[in-house]
Amino acid sequence: MNEFTDWDILRNLLLAARWTVALSIVSFIGGGIVGALLLLLRIGEGRAGQIFTKVYIELFQGTPLLMQLFLAFFGLGLFGIDVPAWLAATVALILWTAAFLVEIWRGCVESIAKGQWEASSSLGMGYLQQMRYVILPQALRIAVPPTVGFSVQVVKGTALTSIIGFVELAKAGTVLTNATFQPFTVYGFVALIYFCLCWPLSKSSQVLERKLNVAHRNH
Amino acid sequence: MSLIEITEVKKRFGDNEVLKGINIDVEPGEVIAIIGKSGSGKSTLLRCINGLETIDEGSISVAGAQLLPDELHLKALRLKVGMIFQQFNLFPHLSAGKNVMLSQMVVKKTPKAEAEEMAKKMLERVGLGHKFDAYPDQLSGGQQQRVAIARALAMEPIALLCDEITSALDPELVNEVLAVVKELASEGMTLLMVTHEMRFARDVCSRVVFMHMGRVHEIGRPEDVFANPKTPELKQFLGMQH
Repeated sequence: MNEFTDWDILRNLLLAARWTVALSIVSFIGGGIVGALLLLLRIGEGRAGQIFTKVYIELFQGTPLLMQLFLAFFGLGLFGIDVPAWLAATVALILWTAAFLVEIWRGCVESIAKGQWEASSSLGMGYLQQMRYVILPQALRIAVPPTVGFSVQVVKGTALTSIIGFVELAKAGTVLTNATFQPFTVYGFVALIYFCLCWPLSKSSQVLERKLNVAHRNH
Repeated sequence: MSLIEITEVKKRFGDNEVLKGINIDVEPGEVIAIIGKSGSGKSTLLRCINGLETIDEGSISVAGAQLLPDELHLKALRLKVGMIFQQFNLFPHLSAGKNVMLSQMVVKKTPKAEAEEMAKKMLERVGLGHKFDAYPDQLSGGQQQRVAIARALAMEPIALLCDEITSALDPELVNEVLAVVKELASEGMTLLMVTHEMRFARDVCSRVVFMHMGRVHEIGRPEDVFANPKTPELKQFLGMQH
């Protein structure tokens, strides 16, 4: 039987962690784009768009991410569509991320004082101009810390994709445990790597919050 | 034809009728003070003239621009009347100069250089030429309110609505704002202001409107209204009862 050194374990975990990072980035950016589109529907005037996004958000926030992954992976399989694990994982995570980002961002837009709308209205600006020049620039600033903070949830969420067979950090940990019979060492390393990915994100979220608040003392 | 024509305006919030048929005609160059207890409907009336509130009955027109609830008519109306708010409502992410430039460029499509020149001129006019690059949170309340006035003036309105513009200011900052308003009045700007500054109303305004329970209760020249109030409500409001 092969002997595994700690370095062997760590090296293999780090290789797998690349997929965690890749999946996190793709999900976060994709979720951001889908979320931005949904946001326009959510706060726009159209009744149908509002209802659609509301139902969408309720569905994705009201069911476990694990179920969403199962449905994306096995659900489409039932219709004879062969979905590879990486595709199911990406799609599910993007849709899940979007559902949360929409609500975070909607809160930011609605936190802008009513007087800002009234002042820009009284100057003759239309809805899109108000959004573009007055509301969004302020809302974006408020949105940065919670958005970065949420990215931590996305990174941790990728761990669930191991269940449908996508080989990222958590899945690699399981495989290595089965080969080395050293669960404590292996999962210890796994946890450490997750922490190294997540901690800088949550830390920078705090730093950003303090920084952006200083530039925004009046609010 | 009057510059601002307010005819039989009624406004309800649910079951609460805030304006119960208001009639006021304002001539060009008039400075009108609207006084009254809180809840008398004076702020609501001002907000209606600018289309920030819709009206349920009656009509409002400013220099021929009718108040109608679609975006095109609202824009035409708002280009004719500027509004200044109690809470200043400057855009906190933009410098004073950019605050004054933004709507010119976005709404009127004025080229940047021209808008900047106008902004400098207007800030100069309110005595803040040197604060062009300052952000709102670096300015005192009085300075912020003067920037807000400059921002409204840069759109070259023919009338200005002032909604309790000194009420959020510390007492020592009130005068610098009133001085600017006084100057505008002397230059012939048409002004409608909701105010609690009775002395200012007496000295500067051409007419005073006393509102009570959603109606124009008394209207007249300040010397008549303040010296000889006809109704007990106005007497009481002015503290002249007993």
